[in-house]
Amino acid sequence: MSVQGPQQVLELAKVGRTFGEGATAVAALRDVHLTISAGEFVAVMGPSGSGKSSLLAVAGGLDRPTSGAVYVESTPLAGLRLNELARLRRRAVGYVFQDFNLVPTLTAAENVALPLELDGISARKAHRQAADALRQVGIPELADRFMDQMSGGQQQRVAIARAIVGKRRLILADEPTGALDSTTGQGIMEVLRARADAGAAVMLVTHEPRHAAWADRVVFLRDGRIIDQAAAMHDPTMLLTQAGL
Amino acid sequence: MSIRHSLLALLQDQPRYGYQLRVEFESRTGATWPLNIGQVYTTLDRLERDALVAKEGDDGEGHVVYSITPAGKAEVRSWFAAPVERNNPPRNELAIKLALAVTLPGVDVQAIIQAQRVASIRALQDYTKARRDTAANQRAADTAWLLVLDSLIFQTEAEVRWLDLCEARMVQQAQAAATSAGRKTSNGATEDAPLNADSRR
Repeated sequence: MSVQGPQQVLELAKVGRTFGEGATAVAALRDVHLTISAGEFVAVMGPSGSGKSSLLAVAGGLDRPTSGAVYVESTPLAGLRLNELARLRRRAVGYVFQDFNLVPTLTAAENVALPLELDGISARKAHRQAADALRQVGIPELADRFMDQMSGGQQQRVAIARAIVGKRRLILADEPTGALDSTTGQGIMEVLRARADAGAAVMLVTHEPRHAAWADRVVFLRDGRIIDQAAAMHDPTMLLTQAGL
Repeated sequence: MSIRHSLLALLQDQPRYGYQLRVEFESRTGATWPLNIGQVYTTLDRLERDALVAKEGDDGEGHVVYSITPAGKAEVRSWFAAPVERNNPPRNELAIKLALAVTLPGVDVQAIIQAQRVASIRALQDYTKARRDTAANQRAADTAWLLVLDSLIFQTEAEVRWLDLCEARMVQQAQAAATSAGRKTSNGATEDAPLNADSRR
């Protein structure tokens, strides 16, 4: 059993993930320890192939580690049956992917309500919560639009609304600003930051230093290991003095 | 930074005395570059010597008020019109440090890059937070501070991207060297590793 504080939303303990076996085995993650608390925004950076996306997949129960343990809100994922894992993913975890993964034949509101309806929540209640999520990401007026009637930035906001709808306390985002212009990218960061400030635990995988800088903590991965972490000092005046300005 | 031109530009606005100039300068640049009051008076003396400003007299409270001359106005116009001069090339301690590190044996360049990356990201986090806080409570006087913060964010981001590039190049060179060493072992032939050619660029 893991020792956790009450506010800890995600814990990865000694997590390893190896693909393949024997001489051709590739270790994507090695001995990773990482915890994210409620209200904390953590960015994960590292070169291609360093294990960033594997880390996110394992953290959200989309993939199982080969060693170690993952806890979401104190629940060990390894102990869950497939249907229990699916339920936890729908209720507690929100994902944002680079390619949005939205259903083109559904409207924005229907896309956002989908995970709630799959979870057995009434259509009416699900749509009310979807409208609320769309308002939080700043596009309440686009609720009835289909995906081909929206820009890339708007679609990504829908994807984020789907990730935060309901009472999800863990939000996992994999390069969510990939194909977007810098202003839209900043808008996405504002939404993720606001969710963290409202109490969610947020993990963002990114190669953009400017986006990682929105996080409270930046974790650096290399060859599947966490090699460093950076936390803001929260005293820019001191920083300016240090910079000799 | 040209204190001389900054003070002249402020005097173009209206006549001022030394302490007023200092306060005005700091408020317009978000207090990023604190000015020493001694520097202000020395600069005013030089500007007066060069006939770019003139003493207007006393403001009644013992402060000597300066105003800009026509020659001073012309100087401000040409300052705004000309691009900022760059030292050629600008001195960059980090670039110098890495350039030396890659040419010296026994130096762990990747460790240097990573240590700098952590420090730069931390700075970027602080600038980003300061920008967020300032933008959230924006007052008219904050525009200058936001511009300064944006400038710092762009510079630091560029630094991190450049570090990523340095590291990627180091990795490529190491792989090329390893491949070359492997070929040498397996067939006895000797080839120049791209490392040598590349490191002289």
